[in-house]
Amino acid sequence: MNYKMMGRFLSQVLTIEGVFMVPALVISLFARETGAVRGFLMTLAAIALLALFLRLVCRSSPSAFYAREGLVCVGMSWIVLSAVGCLPFYISREIPRYIDCFFEMVSGFTTTGSSILSDVESLSSGILYWRSFSHWLGGMGVLVFLLAFTPSDNQGAGFTMHLLRAESPGPDVGKMTPKLRTTAVILYGIYVALTALDFVLLLLGGMTPLEAICTAFGTAGTGGFGVRNDSLASFSPYLQNVTTIFMLLFGINFTCYYLILIGQAGSVFKDEELRLFLGLFVVCAGLIALNVRGLYNSWEETLRHSAFQVATIISTTGYATTDFDLWPAFSKGLLMLLMIVGSCAGSTAGGLKLSRLLLLLKSLGRNIRQVLSPRKVERIRINGRVVSEAVLDNANAYLAAYFLIIVVVYLIISLDGFSVGTNLTAALACFNNIGPGLEQVGPTCNFSQFSTLSKLTLSLAMLAGRLEIFPILILFSKDTWVRR
Amino acid sequence: MNIIIAGAGKVGSTLTRQLSAEGYDITLVDSDDQVLSSCLERYDVITVHGNCAAMEVLLNAGVKDADLLIAATSADEVNLLCCTTAHALNPRLHTIARIRNPEYSDQIYKMHDVFGLSLAINPENQAAMEIARLIKYPGFLRRDVFAKGRTEIVELRIDRSSPLCNVSLLDMANVVRCRVLVCAVLRNGVAQVPNSGSFTLQEGDRVFVTAPTANLTSLLKNLGIITRKARGVILVGGGRISFYLAQRLSAAGIRVQIIERNYARCQELAALLPEVSVIHGDGSELSLLESQGLADADVLVTATGMDEMNMIVSLYGSSRGVPQVITKMGHVENQSIIDSLNLGSVVCPKQLCSNIIVRYVRAMQNQTGAAVSVHAIADGQVEAMEFVVNDSTKNCGVPLKHLKPAAGVLIATITHGSQTQIANGDSVFEKGDTIVVVTSGKRVIRQINDIFV
Repeated sequence: MNYKMMGRFLSQVLTIEGVFMVPALVISLFARETGAVRGFLMTLAAIALLALFLRLVCRSSPSAFYAREGLVCVGMSWIVLSAVGCLPFYISREIPRYIDCFFEMVSGFTTTGSSILSDVESLSSGILYWRSFSHWLGGMGVLVFLLAFTPSDNQGAGFTMHLLRAESPGPDVGKMTPKLRTTAVILYGIYVALTALDFVLLLLGGMTPLEAICTAFGTAGTGGFGVRNDSLASFSPYLQNVTTIFMLLFGINFTCYYLILIGQAGSVFKDEELRLFLGLFVVCAGLIALNVRGLYNSWEETLRHSAFQVATIISTTGYATTDFDLWPAFSKGLLMLLMIVGSCAGSTAGGLKLSRLLLLLKSLGRNIRQVLSPRKVERIRINGRVVSEAVLDNANAYLAAYFLIIVVVYLIISLDGFSVGTNLTAALACFNNIGPGLEQVGPTCNFSQFSTLSKLTLSLAMLAGRLEIFPILILFSKDTWVRR
Repeated sequence: MNIIIAGAGKVGSTLTRQLSAEGYDITLVDSDDQVLSSCLERYDVITVHGNCAAMEVLLNAGVKDADLLIAATSADEVNLLCCTTAHALNPRLHTIARIRNPEYSDQIYKMHDVFGLSLAINPENQAAMEIARLIKYPGFLRRDVFAKGRTEIVELRIDRSSPLCNVSLLDMANVVRCRVLVCAVLRNGVAQVPNSGSFTLQEGDRVFVTAPTANLTSLLKNLGIITRKARGVILVGGGRISFYLAQRLSAAGIRVQIIERNYARCQELAALLPEVSVIHGDGSELSLLESQGLADADVLVTATGMDEMNMIVSLYGSSRGVPQVITKMGHVENQSIIDSLNLGSVVCPKQLCSNIIVRYVRAMQNQTGAAVSVHAIADGQVEAMEFVVNDSTKNCGVPLKHLKPAAGVLIATITHGSQTQIANGDSVFEKGDTIVVVTSGKRVIRQINDIFV
């Protein structure tokens, strides 16, 4: 294991975090929030010291860097980012317990949106901004950012692909352009443009600039930290509808936007995953609207709420415009299943990913046909292209790891003695990076009542969900740390 | 006419035999000395040793004075390079290349000017086309097409139960109830061109019937041959022929199964042909064939690389009563052995391929009234030729009953515009018509006027 190289890498990641903390500090300075200013300043100092220390210690390092180092780097970076990024919450005393700060920060970076805060509105504006900004940075990935914008002596080396692969969701990550850096720049370009559009539309709808930027960040990263205690319930229908649309937009594979940009829109609309995504949204929203039709005054309201809730869950955002915990069992069940499914690969959303679901369903169909005629040879295809058996194996392994983790997390948090529904949806909501679950972790409640052990477990579950399991899982594997 | 044949493999030597027999000047180029000397012993040709794609070798072979180059080595790339080089050396030259790789087929079609190609031939694709045509009309052992697809000569086998068994040609019209003409009968390995109405068909005869293409369906129906469209086809062997064939058949909505022994090839086929079910296994394993539904299959095609295997599997298919069996054979030299077995239709890619090339060569000479196409039927004992009537043709507008054709020559059909009619005593042909002539005579017919005494 090349520890020195990893140290240098971590110091770069920390530097980026520090740079991104400066706007939050400026906001706090303008708002004259002394606690928050102190929190940010001290954190920045700590980051500077730590980054400098790592850089000095790891000055001369061999440049050997392989898949194992890449994966460990990704896992470690995200843990360190969260551990350091939550310091402003703690130092400013706005969140008193460190484990709560850590949970909140992990929830931010992993774009989960599960909160331990009962009163968001009491937070200072700088802290609120930083909390929502973590969604935005975590949505596209810190390491992707690193690849895109920092000069590195390792340009063109194969290991960078491991980083991209580890941080980008989906079963089969590819580059859009021959150069990885160009791909990363294009991804961030699309991301920034869509976020800016959302921000402007929200601003036009009457949000304050801080509310608009925080909501846009939360939507873009499919995170879901709200700026009000009732999430988006008290905003106007226009703002809710804009958010519904943008949550869906950020749940779509970014490659689709790239293809539209280079004039290949035709192939985008034939994409099986996109069709499944939009079809699933329309069908589920329709079913739920029928199911909850008595609860609201008008069809407009019913449709708006059902569409918003389906969009928020399927895109793993986690905003809410209504307390869906009060909905009938069928609607709640449907939402719970959508939690597992998630959105498209290559988006900022979490979950199992629809492309993986497609693969699994198709391979299930193949297995059934194989029982009928055992010697039949069949290849699985997505969009007419053959999927390699390795990718299928990977998807199957992913599914196994996925459910294993849910079981383990569920068991651990069950120790706290809450109801089965609470525990199960808490595990699902955290692991799939959604945010709110049902019952005691429903949209009007929060995660503060869990024990420290549960919060730690859920934090790791969020990280595992965001990084597609393996970068976190290998941190706990003995093979990773033994000397080769 | 000077012809250079590059590559003396299966197709190359078949062509050498056919074209040298027709009196063309052949130069044979190959990189294998032994093959060349054996060809030199058998045929009246000259040989040049070397790589046919090399400029110097081509110049040695007299490319500057040649009229036609046929590149038939085993490598597509060599064939292409050979044609391109030769065409650059002699822009007047016609070039024919054998290209078998399906991945090239598109660019060959679109870029034939760039490569200097006059014609590209794919033996496997031709075989697949032939098999697909046979599957379209089950019941015919073979179909030969004339006059741009308006006239056909089809081959039938007379079984004991056939309505034509023991029927004289005079009475035949009452049985088939459409206008057809028996142009040749193969009985006990000897072909005859029947010339009187009292000729009676017997069990075991293979009959060659001329008919307008539009009449084929009613012919089949009236002969009691079930013409329900083939729905399930089993292909044994997953080679290129099977690939092309499966592509054609599944596009026509026919359910296709390919049985292939090599797992990697199975995966390849499964990736290329989403509609086709690919089965991994040995096609010679009878239990596998049964479990894949041989009993319900409409057609069994055996197209593995081994003739013996194809024969055995086809024989098994025939014995299990599969309605149509088609066997691909690489070697058809001993026709009498093949005839003695119940192999259904036999398709030979190299023969199809060389037939097309021979037709092309003849078409190059068409200006002098030579046959547009020549099909060898009845084991090669009878030739069916297609001529276009032109200015120099004698006897235009004279009813056939007043003409005296050469011995063993029969004028079968006359196609005027899009109308094909079976020739009778009152028929006349005029300039621009296409006529199909059947001949069993020893006399070599080079051009249309040779058919008259």
